[in-house]
Amino acid sequence: MDVIESLRLATRGLAANKMRSLLTMLGIIIGVGAVIALLSIGQGAQNAITEQIQDIGSNLIFVFPGSLTQAGASFGAGTLASLSLKDAEAIANPANCPDCAAVAPQRSGVAQIIYRSANTSATVVGTTPEYAFVRKLPLAEGSFFNGQESARASRVAILGGAIAEDLFDLEGALGQTIRIDRVPFRVIGVLEEQGIGGGGANLDMQVFVPLTTARARLFGSLVAKGGGDAVSLINVSAVSEQRVDAAVEQITELLRARHRIQYQDDDCTATSQQDILGVFNQVTSILTIFLTAIAAISLLVGGIGIMNIMLVSVTERTREIGIRKAVGAKRRDIMVQFLIEAMVLSILGGLIGIGFGAAAAALVSATGVLDTGVSGQSVALAVGFSVSVGLFFGLYPATRAASLNPIDALRYE
Amino acid sequence: MIRLQDVTKVYNMGTVQVHALRRVTLDVAEGELMAIMGPSGSGKSTLMNILGCLDQPTAGEYYLEGTSVNSLTDDQLAEIRNKKIGFVFQNYNLLARTSALDNVQVPLVYAGVPASLRRSRAVDALKSVGLGDRLSHKPNELSGGQQQRVTIARALVNQPTIILADEPTGNLDTRTGREIIEIFQQLSLERGITVVFVTHDAEVAACTQRIVRLRDGLITGEEKVDEACAYLSAETEAV
Repeated sequence: MDVIESLRLATRGLAANKMRSLLTMLGIIIGVGAVIALLSIGQGAQNAITEQIQDIGSNLIFVFPGSLTQAGASFGAGTLASLSLKDAEAIANPANCPDCAAVAPQRSGVAQIIYRSANTSATVVGTTPEYAFVRKLPLAEGSFFNGQESARASRVAILGGAIAEDLFDLEGALGQTIRIDRVPFRVIGVLEEQGIGGGGANLDMQVFVPLTTARARLFGSLVAKGGGDAVSLINVSAVSEQRVDAAVEQITELLRARHRIQYQDDDCTATSQQDILGVFNQVTSILTIFLTAIAAISLLVGGIGIMNIMLVSVTERTREIGIRKAVGAKRRDIMVQFLIEAMVLSILGGLIGIGFGAAAAALVSATGVLDTGVSGQSVALAVGFSVSVGLFFGLYPATRAASLNPIDALRYE
Repeated sequence: MIRLQDVTKVYNMGTVQVHALRRVTLDVAEGELMAIMGPSGSGKSTLMNILGCLDQPTAGEYYLEGTSVNSLTDDQLAEIRNKKIGFVFQNYNLLARTSALDNVQVPLVYAGVPASLRRSRAVDALKSVGLGDRLSHKPNELSGGQQQRVTIARALVNQPTIILADEPTGNLDTRTGREIIEIFQQLSLERGITVVFVTHDAEVAACTQRIVRLRDGLITGEEKVDEACAYLSAETEAV
């Protein structure tokens, strides 16, 4: 008996009980649909995060101060004023860190931004002119402040896209005077609006001013642990993507020497973009594995459903099996017939599931939150899974059908 | 053709042993039309099952066309059932919700006959039992006699050498029963097919060439039937 004939038989058998077949497939449909949807959404999320982090610059290094610990309680990274402007200058010196191309220290704080009757709350970042280069700031109009403005502690500001929209509806911001905590600043540049972003990289709600100005007029001076003006973060750009790890190494060594740290008891951390990317990827892949495991359980349940229905079907069709055996069906013929029926159920369920999963992924894409895509890999995985579920859970009922004695089967009422 | 030599069949029903057949010896010639008669529990069905290679004897030998069937595997028996034996059952045993044509094709499917050839052979078989115009009817759309003729077509389609029928007229009225017996007579006389059937009806049995009587698993009598078949001639008068 050939495969086409078996397929024809199987589909006819299933079509005879359409509702039952559909309900049986439902478990597989849900399982496969969940696998496809979760894998493609997870992949989309991972891509989005990777893209965003890479937008900031793939050779970017952050140097964070360590965490402040009081009476054994840690206040989290960045709470310790261990980094100073002098540290930044030391890193910028090519003699110390040959693989660091540019350095931009920053101090930031939250402040109220006011323009006439409009006002909004924003993160004010005081930094140096190198910042625009290190962080690859996308300017929509105007320019970043220069060395002169920085040296003179000019009251100039560059607005993030969302701030500009809030205060000026994106029009005519340039040259206007805004007030940051009552201090007037002239707007000299506006950044492109980036939309929803994650990973602490959202520039839309930030305002950039010279570090000198910020210290003198906004945040006041803060002395670092080792002396000098404290900064909350140092942005460093490595000479190339390949030299990032070397640059991290050099910065760590340099700061240990400057802060007289022994036994790796670091009071600050240099982290590259790749490290952060790695952590994100790890988190998303753990999440993906976790969700896939849940989907796999639902596939298992679906498979048990198929086995159950196939066993019912074998009992119901005992007489048919007897007739087929009497007219010459061999064990193998009966076995193949029922196995193919189970596999048609699971594969058909799998295909419908792929359809639903792809539709769910497309729906997520349509909302604009994430750009998802169903990968060939996940489709192959889903098909492979449904074939094996059908094979595995169809085997027992098929064996039972095949081993029926024809005389008893014919007599079965 | 068919030779049973001291065939014994014992069923183990828990602790009790039931002797369904006791040292039965029987020869059936090629093209012979034979009836088996006997009360229920006499071992008729067991004998038919063994003849049809659905079951194997506990002791004794069964030779089919000169070869012993005893040592064959399940798959080899299935092949013999497929190629050499045609079954006709009292309750027809047709596949429900399946057209007459598809029902008749089932043995051909297992014989590995290609699809194109299957159809034409099934059509021929149905025509030979007078059902050429009922090809796509399902069993529940056919009368008892028509269903039994579909069964005969299914039994014939693989050109078997033997047809075994278990009370083929049992569920039919006299007139349709006659038609079925007539078909059997034709098969035996014109096509040389050996036909063995079980019946309770002495009139039906009288239309065969030989009647074997069975009781308690033993053959208690054999008789040759010589005179013309009163059962069939009665029909001619009725028409």
